[in-house]
Parts: sequence; C-alpha cells; structure tokens
Amino acid sequence: MMRLEIRALSVDLGARRALQGIDLSLEPGCLTVLIGPNGAGKTTLMRAMAGLVQPSAGEVALNGAPVARMRASARARAIAYLPQGGTVAWPLPVESVVALGRLPHGEEPDRLPAPGRDAVAAALLSVGLAGFENRPATSLSGGERARMLLARALATQAPVLLADEPVAALDPRHQLIVLDGIKACAHAGATVVAILHDLNLAARFADRIALLDQGKLEASGAPEVVLTEARLASSFGIRARVATEDGRLLIVPQSPLPGA
Amino acid sequence: MPRPPSPLIPGLIALLGALSLASLVIGPAPISTLAALKAFVSDEGAASIVVREIRLPRTVLALMIGWVFGLSGAALQGMLRNPLADTAVFGALQAAAFGAVLVIYSGLVGTLSWALPFAAIAGAMLSIALVVAVAGRSATIVVLVLAGLAVGSLAGAGTSLAISLSPNPFAVTEIVFWLLGSFEDRSVVHVGLSAPFVLMASLLILKASSGLRALALGEETARSLGTDVARLRGLIVAGAAIGTGASVAVAGSIGFVGLVAPHLVRPFVGYDPARTLVPAGLAGAALLLAADCAVRLIPSGAEVKVGVLTALIGVPFFLWVIARRRAELVEAPA
Repeated sequence: MMRLEIRALSVDLGARRALQGIDLSLEPGCLTVLIGPNGAGKTTLMRAMAGLVQPSAGEVALNGAPVARMRASARARAIAYLPQGGTVAWPLPVESVVALGRLPHGEEPDRLPAPGRDAVAAALLSVGLAGFENRPATSLSGGERARMLLARALATQAPVLLADEPVAALDPRHQLIVLDGIKACAHAGATVVAILHDLNLAARFADRIALLDQGKLEASGAPEVVLTEARLASSFGIRARVATEDGRLLIVPQSPLPGA
Repeated sequence: MPRPPSPLIPGLIALLGALSLASLVIGPAPISTLAALKAFVSDEGAASIVVREIRLPRTVLALMIGWVFGLSGAALQGMLRNPLADTAVFGALQAAAFGAVLVIYSGLVGTLSWALPFAAIAGAMLSIALVVAVAGRSATIVVLVLAGLAVGSLAGAGTSLAISLSPNPFAVTEIVFWLLGSFEDRSVVHVGLSAPFVLMASLLILKASSGLRALALGEETARSLGTDVARLRGLIVAGAAIGTGASVAVAGSIGFVGLVAPHLVRPFVGYDPARTLVPAGLAGAALLLAADCAVRLIPSGAEVKVGVLTALIGVPFFLWVIARRRAELVEAPA
C-alpha cells in the first residue's frame, strides 16, 4: 500500500510556470481522476508524480520519500506510468511489449520467470487482449494498441498506477472495459490516478476527482462535489447541465460560454 | 517470452570462418587454400609474407570494422527507433574523414600516427552530437536525415577545401584514394591503431543494450521503466563515434554496412533492439569481408575500392527501405 502525497508542488517548464502550489493526497484503494481543460497542467502533474519532471518547489512523496530523489529502479517498481499517445517502434509481438513492464523487476522479456509470465498473462486478460500474444504490435488497431500499452503498465504490478488518457483512442465498449479494469486495480489496493477528458466517464468511475485549471488545483473531492455547473462554467468555459439519473451523475454540455 | 536460441549466431561465425579463409586465399598472387593455410601456420617464405603480412591484416581490419559498423548501426537504429539510422546517414563518416584530413594537412603527423584516430573520432562525435542536438529529441527521420546531410556536406566541404589548398599533388591523390575507403596495403600497424578503439566502442554499445528494449516504447516510457535514457544515448553516441572514427582513420570512408546489417538479421532474431546488436555486428563483419573479397575478384586495372562497393550496394538498399516504409516515415518520430 503506497500513499502518494503532493505538497505545495510547483513545476516550471522553461520560463512558464506549469503548476502552482498543488496540494493533493492520493490514497491506496482509490481511483482519482484528473480533469481540466487543455493546457491545465494535468500531464505535467502526472509526470511529476512519476518522478519524470523535477519540481521547482514542493515535492511529491511516496510513503514519505520524495519521488524525485528515489533510485530510478525502485521508482519504476513502485510507480507504473502510462504516457498518452504511446507508440511502439518495432513490430514486436504483443506479449514481448507487455513483458517490458517486468523490466523494473530485473526480468528480461525473453527470459521471464513464472511470476513475470503470470503477470503478463493477467494484464493481457484484464484489457481483453488474451489471444493477441503473438500478433505484431504494429499491426494492431489504435484501440488495441492503447490496451496493449495499458497492459504493459499493469504487468509491472506496481502499487501506484498513473495513466494519462488511457481511453482516449477507445470505442465506448472498450472505454468501459478498460476503466473497469483500472478501477478493479484500485480496489485491489493500488493507488490509481487517471487523466480523462470525458466528464461522464470521470463521474462514473472516479472515487475522487481533482480539477486542474491554469496550473492550479481548483477543486478535489467526490464527483458530485467537484462537477458542478458553476465549476464547469468557470474552468471549462461551457454551459452544462448536471443531473442525477438512477443515482448517477450525468453531465450534458450545452454550449461554449462567450469570452471564456 | 522464452525463445529458442537462434542458430543465426553459430551460422554467422561459421560464415566468418569461411570468408576469412577465402580472404587469405584471394589476391593477385595465386596461392591455393591448402598453401595459404600452411603459409599461415608455418614459415613458407614469400607465401607466408603474402598471407601473414598482406592478407591477414586486411582480413582482420575488415572483420573489426564490419563488426563495429554493424553494431553501431543496430544501436543507433534502436536508440532512434528508426530503421534508417546509421553513422553514414548522419554525416559521421565525412566528419571523421574531415577530422583526419585536418590532422594530416596540418603536416604534423603521418597516416600511421595515433593522432589520426583521435582526430577522426572527434569529427565523428561532433557530427553525431550535432545532428542529434539540431534534430531534437522527438525529431522525425526526415529532420534527422536533413541534419545529417547538412553536417556531412559541411564536413565534405571542409575536406574539399583542405584538398584544394594542398600544395602537394601527390598527397592529394593519396588522400583522395584513402577517402574512397579500402583495406588495400594495410598492415598490422593499422590493426593495432584501430583495435583498442573498436574494443572500446563495442564495450560502450553492448553496455547500453538492455536499455534499448525499453526505448522501443519511447523515451518517456523508458524513463518510467527505470532506464537512464541520457546515459544510454551517451554510451551509444560515444560508441558509434569512436568506432566510426577509428575505422575511418585506418580504412577511409566505408559506408552503409551499419544500415544494411541489422535488416539482414531481423528476420532471424526478431525486432527486439537488444537481441539485434551482436548478430548485426557479426553480419556487418561478414558483409564487409565479403565485399573486400569481392573487390579483389572484380577484374579491373586497379582494385575497386571497398568503400565504393559498399556505397553501390548500400544506397539502393537505403532507397528500398525508404520506399517500403514511406508512409510511416512521414510522421514517425525518430
């Protein structure tokens, strides 16, 4: 069980301040969804959580230890990170790509021990790619590729999973399958953070939502607390109706607000 | 997943043995296979001089240089996630040649000096580093090739300038032939001059091998998997530059072996960049030694330069790979 604590985090990208004074605590067993308009700093925040970008001020700590100062190998075993829009350079078999998730454990993809093989098989099953083991990765459709890359992150079996837009390229059915898998991962005890643009999916799957706008954390909490019509107007610049149907939050964007 | 050991490596080693024997036999002095073997192991007078002092050094040089080019090509292709990467495409050969020519024309050293490989290595390193820096981390192959073309052209212009300003026409002829790339008239001194650098280049590149696997998924993912991407780039760029510089210093400009070799072995070992390295090195050695045997067999007044032959084979191969992968090359980040 690992707790990810973000304290007074600021990040500069070149001359631009991308994140400003973020405080956020991410609990094990909980799926936190990061939302926010384009350019709000969601990916930068996730990269800082993964230890891939140095904070200008503040820190990200994993069970109290600053992530930026962890050894790369220890960090890779603790935090699995799925960047957005990943590609595979070579026509490697799907199974070999997913097996790369075992590298942090010192397991080479062509010589996986039994636990590694089990982790790869379980990851492929959870994203619905069982039977794809020997397909060349470059022959997959966009959706299949996205699921394969998620399986690669799941195969690490890290206590923290960070997924940047894991369902962006997927059809609705696979969006639901993948987010069910991610949620199951959280409920099995992992600390899980996902960036989503679809507010309805965020409302449906998140245990907790963090709303970023212009590098600042505007709100965080349960979906019904964060996703209000007023916040959607001020952060996203849209007029939207927020309703509840069968106990579920429903967001219906209606029009862009003038001058927002 | 567990893969059965490929028969490729033993096969390539056997091929190298056969080619090495052929290389000791082929040449203007007619020596049979048996006589060549006898002359190699015992003192057989003139035949031993031909085999040991003329044909053996060129055989060893072709093996070493082919190996380091194949290894560098496979490592650069893995690092840049692109099947078109090679030291020749980055202008490293021209830059190494320019470094060496500068040293020779400064008049301070001859072509057997230790300063030569160092100058050539500096030129190669500068060119690869410049291309990678100018093209940027997420450059497309088009940008990389254009940057390589520019750097290579600049180095080529520098070499031309040095040649045109040379007061000595004999030195000019010598340097032009040297630039064409050849193993003709190379001695054990040339082997000694390049061997430590080839060894160093091989160690640097092989040290980076396992990190190349993770890089197949891009730099960001590789970093998240614990790979030190900056160190890996440093090892490969240094290894490729040292190997290229040392090779150019003793054998002139021989290109495209590193581009072709990895493509030859991938049907056997798959696309895992780490598994490609050693077989590509062995295939490079076989390719270059075969080319050096071939130039000795082509009937012509003077021996055809091996660098000319590798370019004649390599450039059409380069065009073929571009044509085959045209669609993805337009947008593929390097």
